[in-house]
Amino acid sequence: MFGAGGGTSSYEEIEETDVILLWGSNAREAHPIFFHHLLKGLDNGARMYAVDPRRTSSAKFADAWLGLDVGSDIAMANAVGREIIAADLHDKEFIAHSSEGFEAYKAHVEPYTLAEGERLTGVPAGAIKEMAHAYATAETAQILWTLGITEHHNAVENVLSLCNLALLTGHIGRWGSGLVPLRGQNNVQGGGDMGSLPNKFPGFQDIGDPEAQAKFEVAWGMKLPDQPGLHLTLMFEAMEEGSIKGVYVIGENPADSEADVEHARTLLQGLDILVVQDIFMTRTAEMADVVLPASVGWAECDGTVTSSERRVQRVRPAVSPPGECMHDHEIIRELATRLGVDWGRPSPMDLWDELRTLSPLHAGMSYERLESEGGLQWPCPDLDHPGSPFLHGWLYEEGLGGRGPAPFSITNFEGPKEQLTEEFPLRLTTGRALDSFNTGVQSNAFASPIRYGEEIDVNPADADRLGIADGERVTVSSPRGSVEMDVRIQVDLPEGLTFTTFHFPELVDINLLTNDEWDPRSGTAEFKAAAIRIEKIANG
Amino acid sequence: MTVTEVSVSLTIDGQEVDVPAGTSIHKACESAGIDTPTLCWAENLTPVNVCRVCVVEVEGSRALVPSCARPVEDGMVVETDSERVQHSRKMVLEFLGSGIDLSQADDLGRWIDHYGAEPDRYDQPEVPAQKMYEEPKIQDDLYIRDYDKCVLCYKCVEACGDDAQYTFAIAVVGRGFDARIGTEFDVTLPDSACVYCGNCIGVCPTGALQFKTEFDMRNAGEWRPEEQDVTTTVCSFCGVGCNLELHTQDDKIVKVTSPADHSVTHGHLCIKGRFGWTYVQSPTRR
Repeated sequence: MFGAGGGTSSYEEIEETDVILLWGSNAREAHPIFFHHLLKGLDNGARMYAVDPRRTSSAKFADAWLGLDVGSDIAMANAVGREIIAADLHDKEFIAHSSEGFEAYKAHVEPYTLAEGERLTGVPAGAIKEMAHAYATAETAQILWTLGITEHHNAVENVLSLCNLALLTGHIGRWGSGLVPLRGQNNVQGGGDMGSLPNKFPGFQDIGDPEAQAKFEVAWGMKLPDQPGLHLTLMFEAMEEGSIKGVYVIGENPADSEADVEHARTLLQGLDILVVQDIFMTRTAEMADVVLPASVGWAECDGTVTSSERRVQRVRPAVSPPGECMHDHEIIRELATRLGVDWGRPSPMDLWDELRTLSPLHAGMSYERLESEGGLQWPCPDLDHPGSPFLHGWLYEEGLGGRGPAPFSITNFEGPKEQLTEEFPLRLTTGRALDSFNTGVQSNAFASPIRYGEEIDVNPADADRLGIADGERVTVSSPRGSVEMDVRIQVDLPEGLTFTTFHFPELVDINLLTNDEWDPRSGTAEFKAAAIRIEKIANG
Repeated sequence: MTVTEVSVSLTIDGQEVDVPAGTSIHKACESAGIDTPTLCWAENLTPVNVCRVCVVEVEGSRALVPSCARPVEDGMVVETDSERVQHSRKMVLEFLGSGIDLSQADDLGRWIDHYGAEPDRYDQPEVPAQKMYEEPKIQDDLYIRDYDKCVLCYKCVEACGDDAQYTFAIAVVGRGFDARIGTEFDVTLPDSACVYCGNCIGVCPTGALQFKTEFDMRNAGEWRPEEQDVTTTVCSFCGVGCNLELHTQDDKIVKVTSPADHSVTHGHLCIKGRFGWTYVQSPTRR
C-alpha cells in the first residue's frame, strides 16, 4: 500500500504515543520485550484498546477490550472508519494531500454504522465508538497486529482495512504514529527484505521490472526468471497437481505446522524427492530422502537478522556446531558447486557487502556500523545516513517525494470461510503461549515451570452445557479430523470460542483440525478460524 | 523527539564538570572518570537509593547524599573521596558484609579492599553477627534463591515491577531482620505470578538470585568465569530482535544476559530468550 513492506515505527515510539490499538496480537506473550516498550507507553499515559476475540494477558493491560467474533476484523475496521467520518474526525488535509480514493471508501463504509458494527462483530456499539474517537482525536496513535490479522483466508484485506484507518487520520509517516506488524521470528522481516518472496528481488525490487531484472542479471552473471515463483501454499497446490515433484525445505517443519496437516503430509510423501536442511530430525526431516544437518543461525553462525522495527543486527557464533553440521550458506554453496556453479568461498560479510551494492535500502549498513551503532534501521541508503526510525515521511512532503498518493482500499467483510454448523458449533482459534515457540522443536527442550502442555480452553458456560470438567479428556473434531485433548476452563474466552496453542504436535496433532483455506494474495492459511465440536469420551 | 539539552556545571573533587541537566551525580562522576561503588543502582532501573554505598559529600548538605539518585545542580561542589565519604562507605560495606554473604557480589570485594573494610569485626565470639543460614530455595529447574546473599537492594522487585516486567510477582515481606523478598502468600515460585523472565536474576548484584545452571556449576566447582567468553547475538524466538549475550565455557552456553545499554531490551529478556537456548546443545544434535 505504501511501498516497502515493513513495520513503520520504532519500538521507542510506542513509549511516547497517545493511543494504541492492539489488534489480533497477544504481544505480552508472543513479543514480551516489545511489550515492555508498550507498557512504558501506558505508564506515560497512553490509552490502549485491545481488539481480540480472547481477553488475552495483553488485553488485561488495555483500557478497553473489544472482544470481537473471530474473523470480523474488517467489519470492525470499517465501522471504526465510518464512525470517524460520520463524527467528522477524519484528517481532511492529510487525506487531500496524501491519499486517493477517499470518496469511494466513504461510500463503501457508509453501511457499517455502529449498530451494524455491533451486529457483525458482537462488540457493543459504544465501545467501537469510543475506540474510533480515541484513535481519531489522538495526537499520535499506532495500530499493532500479529497473526490474529494475518492467519485468515482474507489476510491482506484485513491488513488493508487497518491501513485505511491510518490514512483516514494521518496516523502514519510521523514519529509516534504508525502501522506495526509484529514479526514472529527473528528474521521474518529480513527474509522478505532479502528477496525470499516469490515476486521480489532483495530490497523489495520487483521480479520482472526491467531495470531491477537487468541489475540483478549483471550482478549475478546469468539470466534470471522474470516471472514470480510460488509461495508456500501454492507450492502445496502444485504438489497436488503434480507440477512440483521435488522440494527443498530449509528450517521449516511443514509436516507439523501446516493447516490441515494430514493433507500436507500426504503431499510431502508423494514427492519424488524431499530434501530437508535442519538442525533437528523434525517430523518433516524424518520423511526426507536427504537430510542436510545445519547449524543454529543465532548461536553458531555469522550473519545478520532484521527485526520488526526494520533493525538489521549482527548474529555471531558463540559455540561450534556439532559433528558435520554446516552453516546454511555453506550448504547452499556446496550444493551449487555440485550442480556445477563455482561461487568461490564468500564469507557472510562478503555476501552482505554484495547485497549492499544491490539493495539501496541497505547500502549504508556496513558490518562496522552494524557493530558500533547497535544495528541500523532501513532504509539506510549511504554510509552517512543514520537509518530510519519510521517510514513514509514522504506522505507529508510537497509532491509526495515523487510518489503517487497512498490509496484507500475497498475491503469487504466476509467472515471466516468455515461457518459454524449444528455439527461443528464451536469456533477454534490458535495462538502462542509465553514459554513456547511454534511446533516446539526448540522451545520444548528447556524445563519451563509454567508450561501446561496442549489443552483446549473452553468458556465455563460452554463446559457446563457440554457437561465437561476442567482437566477432562475430550474428543475435539473439525470437518478434517479428530484429536483427544484435555480441557482447561477459562473465563477469558467468550462463549462459543475455544482456544489452543500448537506447540506440542507430538502430544496433540492440532493441525489435523485447522483449516487450510488460504488467502490468495498472501498464501496464509486460516489457522485462526476452524469450526469444531467437543465430545465427552465415553467411559470404559 | 528532540530535547534541548541544558548544561549544568559542577565541581567534583576539584574538577570542573559539565553535564546535561538531569544527570545524576553518579553519572557525572563517571563522565569525570571517577569510579563509584554501587549496589542497588543499575543502568536499566529507577534508583531506589537504599544501599548507601554510593554516597558522596555535597557542600551545604547536612547529610551525605546518594549519588545515584541525586541530580546535579549548577554550582554544586561534590567530594567523593573525603574522609567522611570514605568512612561512611567503609562502614556501610562492613554492615552489609557482617550479616550477608557477599562472596559473589559483583565488584564489591574490590571496594571492601579499597576502603579497608573489615566486616568480620562485627562478628565477634562474644557478640556474633546475626546471619540467616538458610538453605537456598530450589523450586524449579530455572531459578534458585539464596537469602544468605540477599542485601534487600530491591533491584529484583523493581525489575519484576514497573521498571521492566510489570508482573509484580515479588515484593519485600516482613520487617526488620525478618524482611525477605517473597511471593504473594509465600507460595512457591511456580505457583506465584512469576513468568520466569529471569530479569530479577539479571539485576541481582550478589548472586542471591541465580540461574540454576550457574548455581549447579558453582556447586560442582565447574563455574570458571575467567575462562568464559561472551558473544552478543540476536534471539530467535520472535521478531523483536533482542540482543543476547551468550556466556560460554568449554564451547557450551552456560548463561544468557542482555546488554543494559541496548535500545531494544534495556537488558531485559523473556523466558524464551533467557532459557530457550538449551536445544542448541541438545544431545539429539550431538
